[in-house]
Amino acid sequence: MNNKYYGKLIFEHSRQGRVGYSLPENNYPAECAMQLPEEQKRQSGTLLPETDELTVVRHYTNMSNNNFGVDTGFYPLGSCTMKYNPKINEELAQLPELNIHPQTPVDAAQGCLGIYYQTQQMLSEIAGMSEFTLNPYAGAHGELTGLMVIRRYHEHNGDGARVKVLVPDSAHGTNPASAAVCGLQVVQVKSLPDGTVDVDDLKTHLGPDVAAMMMTNPNTLGIFERRIPEIARLVHECGALMYYDGANLNPMLGVCRPGDMGFDVMHINLHKTFSTPHGGGGPGSGPVGVRKGLEDFLPSPRVIKSEYGYGLDYGKESLGSISYHLSNFAVITRAYCYLLSLGKENIPMAGKLSVLNANYIKERLKDYYQLPIDGLCKHEFVFDGLRAEYGGDHHDDGHVTTLDVAKRLLDYGFHAPTIYFPLLFHEALMIEPTETESKDTLDEFIGVMQKIAVEARDEREMVRTAPHTTPVRRLDDVKAVKEPHFTFKAFQS
Amino acid sequence: MFKYFPHTADDVRQMLDVIGVGSLEELYAEVPEELKYQGALNIPSAMSEVEVRNAVRSLAADNQPVEACYAGNGAYDHYQPSVVPYIASRSEFSTSYTPYQAEISQGTLQYIFEYQTMMADLTGMDISNASMYDGSTATAEAMMMCVANAKKRNKVLISATFLPQVLDVVATYAHYHGVELIRVPEKDGVMDKQAAIALLEADDVAGLICCQHNRYGLIEDFSGLADACHAHKALLAINSVAADLAILRTPGEWGADIACGDAQSLGIPVGYGGPYIGYLCVKEALVRRMPGRLVGATTDVNGQRAFVLTLQAREQHIRREKATSNICTAQGFMCLYVAAYLSLMGEKGLREAGQLSYAGAHYLHDALIKTNIFEEAYPGQLYTNEFTLRLKDGVLAPLFIDYMLQHGILAGVAVAADQVTIAVTEKYTREDLDRYLELVAEWPEERLFFPMTQADLDEYNKEIETMTEEAHGKCAGCSCENA
Repeated sequence: MNNKYYGKLIFEHSRQGRVGYSLPENNYPAECAMQLPEEQKRQSGTLLPETDELTVVRHYTNMSNNNFGVDTGFYPLGSCTMKYNPKINEELAQLPELNIHPQTPVDAAQGCLGIYYQTQQMLSEIAGMSEFTLNPYAGAHGELTGLMVIRRYHEHNGDGARVKVLVPDSAHGTNPASAAVCGLQVVQVKSLPDGTVDVDDLKTHLGPDVAAMMMTNPNTLGIFERRIPEIARLVHECGALMYYDGANLNPMLGVCRPGDMGFDVMHINLHKTFSTPHGGGGPGSGPVGVRKGLEDFLPSPRVIKSEYGYGLDYGKESLGSISYHLSNFAVITRAYCYLLSLGKENIPMAGKLSVLNANYIKERLKDYYQLPIDGLCKHEFVFDGLRAEYGGDHHDDGHVTTLDVAKRLLDYGFHAPTIYFPLLFHEALMIEPTETESKDTLDEFIGVMQKIAVEARDEREMVRTAPHTTPVRRLDDVKAVKEPHFTFKAFQS
Repeated sequence: MFKYFPHTADDVRQMLDVIGVGSLEELYAEVPEELKYQGALNIPSAMSEVEVRNAVRSLAADNQPVEACYAGNGAYDHYQPSVVPYIASRSEFSTSYTPYQAEISQGTLQYIFEYQTMMADLTGMDISNASMYDGSTATAEAMMMCVANAKKRNKVLISATFLPQVLDVVATYAHYHGVELIRVPEKDGVMDKQAAIALLEADDVAGLICCQHNRYGLIEDFSGLADACHAHKALLAINSVAADLAILRTPGEWGADIACGDAQSLGIPVGYGGPYIGYLCVKEALVRRMPGRLVGATTDVNGQRAFVLTLQAREQHIRREKATSNICTAQGFMCLYVAAYLSLMGEKGLREAGQLSYAGAHYLHDALIKTNIFEEAYPGQLYTNEFTLRLKDGVLAPLFIDYMLQHGILAGVAVAADQVTIAVTEKYTREDLDRYLELVAEWPEERLFFPMTQADLDEYNKEIETMTEEAHGKCAGCSCENA
C-alpha cells in the first residue's frame, strides 16, 4: 500500500475530445441507422468523462495503491474469515470456455453445470447435508433463502401460522434483517455470561408459532455451544427447524458437521470458508444446504444429474426463484478449485490451524486486553477493549477506546479487527486470524498490539488521534451524513 | 505440509505450548465426542496445481464451443475493452474487505463513488447505491421500497412483459414479504398502459414496476404513467438495460421514483450468469428507504476530501430487523468494472456502441424476415438491439437453436415453442451477421418434415407456461395468507 493519497476522481481527468475506446466502423446500410421517436430519446447529456486509455489505467492503478487487501497485509477481522485467495482459482475462473451465455441450452453447458453439481456435492459432504443450492448471491441472501425454505416447509405441512424466528442476542445483524424480509417476526433469545444460548430462556419462547431457531456454532464469541444437541431436540419437539448460519463454519471443517449437530437448513459463505475473494463488498456466494426431506423446497432451478447428464429442474414444491440464473458462477468456480486443491486431507487441517492461530493470539494478548470469557476459543475471540492499567478504564473520561486501538493498528500496516461487535460488550474487539497466517505474522501482530497497549498507557493523545501515516487521516462520519454528497455532481454544486 | 498453511511442525508445537494444550485435537476438548466427525470425507484427495488445472480444463471442455453469442434475455455479449479485466486483476481491490476502515480503503470507496455518480447520471436519478446482486433482486428490492414507502398499502403492480426470470424472483420475494403482486397484462408485446392506469384507480397500490427493454426486446413507452402513479400516491419504478440509457429516454426523464435493473451490459462478461451487478437508483426523497451500501464524500481531520460508507443507520448491522433490507455484501467489486468501462467509453463510445448494436440488429432482423423462414412476432413495435421472431411452417424454435449451435453460433433464445429472441451487440460485425445469415440459408429442408400444428404449438407453450407459473413463486394468482 502506498501511504501517499491519490484522491482524484476520474471526472477530474476529463478533457473534451479525448477518447478511451475504439469500435469497428459502422458499415451497415443507411436504412439500418438508428431512428427513434423524439419522446423515446434521451433528453439530456451525460456526466461521463472523456479520457484516454493511459489516463484510465493510471487512475485506477493509483487508486489501488491506497487500498488494503489480503495480498498486501493481515486482516485479523473477526467473523469475516479473511483467508488467502489462491491464484490458481483466479486463473481457472477466467477460462474463456466457461464464459458462456446463461441461456445456453443445458446440453451445451455441461461443463459449467458439472462444476456446479460437483461443488454442491462436496459442500453437502463437508456440511453433513443432503443437498445444496448455489443460487444465493451472498451470505445474507443465503439466510433469506434458507428461511424461505423453512417457510415453504411449514406451508407445505399446512402449518403457515409459524411466523416467529428465534435469534440469539449475539447474532449477526443479518439474521434478524433476513427474517424480517422473509416476513417473519424476530424473537431474541438471551445469552449466558459465557456467551452461549440461555436454554432456560429459549424454552420460554418455544411454541406452535415458532418457525425456526437461527444459530451459529461456534457462536459469535468463538465459543462452541456445547448444549447444541439439547437445543436441537427442544426446537424439533416444538415442530420448528434449526437454521445454521455458516459464518463461523471454518473452525469446524472436518471436525464437527452442522448436519450432525442437528441443523436442518444452513448457508455457507464461500468468500469466508472457501477462499473466494471478498472484493470489497461482493460478489459473494451463499450456498444453502438442507437435510434429507427438504430438497424439493430449494429454489429453482436446481442443478441435477441424471442418465442424460446434468440438467436444470423446476420442481412444483420449490420456493420459487431467487436469482436471475445460477448466481455468481465465477465465484463458485473459484471455490471448486479450492476444494480440489485442499482435498479431503487438508480440509480438516484448515479448521484446526485456524483455531490454533486464534488461541495463540488470545493467550499472548490477554495481559494487555480485557478478556471477558476465558478458556478455549474456536476460530475467533473477543476482547472488551484495553485493560484498565493500559488506559482502557471506561470510567476515565480520557480512556483509550477500541476505535483508537483499531485506528492505531492501521499505522502499523495491519487491518483492524472487527470492532463494537458483538453488541454484548462496550468495547468489543473481535479477532479472527484464519489458518493461512504464519506464526511470524501473528508474532508481528502480537508485538504491535502489545506496543499499542503501552502507547495507550504512556502516549494517550497520540493513540487517540491515530491513524497518522495512512493515505487519509480519521474521517468525519458526521459530516458525511449532515452534508451528503453521493455523486460527483452533488459534490460540485 | 500444504502450500496454503504456513505452519511448520515446530511452530505448531510452540503455539500449543503457549496455549497449554498437548495437541490440535485438544483444542476441541469441549466439543462432545458424539458430535465429532469420525469418518473420512467422501471428496477427492488433494490435487497438485497441475492436476487442478487439468481437471477444470477438462470440465470446461464439456461446454460446447461457441464462437458468437446472439442470446440476450437480460445478458448481452458486448465488447469488453482490454483495460477493464486488466484493472480488475489488481488484487489490492479484489482481496480487500468491505471498506469499514476508510483510511486504508480509499481505492474501493472512490471507485464506488464514481460508479454511483455514473449510474445516477445514466438513469437520470439523484442517487445510486453501491450495487445489488442482479437486475432481478434489484427489482424485488424496488418492490419492497414501494411498500415500505406507502406504509399501509401492500399491493404492487408489475408489468407482465418482464423477463420470466425476473418475474419469478420478484414473485418469490413478494410472497414471503407479504406483498400482493398484481400483473399488468401485455397488449401487442408491451404493457397495456390503460390496464395499469385502471388498476391504479383503486388508490390502494403502493407502486408500479415497468420494464423499458422488455422480454421480447421491445422498447416501451411510459408517457403519462408517472402522473397517473403520483396522482394515486403510488411510486413508479422503471427497469432498464443499463447500456440502453445513453440513447433512450431515462427513467428520471420518464418521471420515475426508482430506477432498477442490471448493469451487466456495461463491461461485464456473460459468464454463465454471474457475477453481474444489479443497480438501484432513486430520487433524493427516497434515499433513507434505500437498501444496501452507500458511499459519500467527507473530509479527514486535515480537511482533505475523502470517501466513506454513510447513512449506515439504514443497514442491518445497525438496525437489525428494522433495516431497509438484509443485504450487505452485494456485488461491490463489479462497480469497478462498470466505472472503468464507462471511463473508457464515455458518452460518445456508449452511444456509438448503441448505434452499432441497433444497426446490426435491424440488419439481421430485416434479412431474416426476407428468408421467409421467419416472420415478425410483434410487428410495428420499437426495438434497439434485441428482437423476437416467429418461425413459420410449424418449425420449433429449439430446432433452430440446436442447428445453429452445431455450427458454433448461439443464435438466440427459444422463448416460446415457435419464437426466438435474438440480440446483436457492437462486438459482432456485418461480416459476422452475414455468416449467421448464410447458415440460416443452408438450413436443411428436414426442418419442414414434421411440422407442428397450431394445436401442438399451443400445447407446448402451455407446458412451458405452467412450468414457469410454478416456478414463479406461489403468488401468481394464488390464495396464500399474504395475498
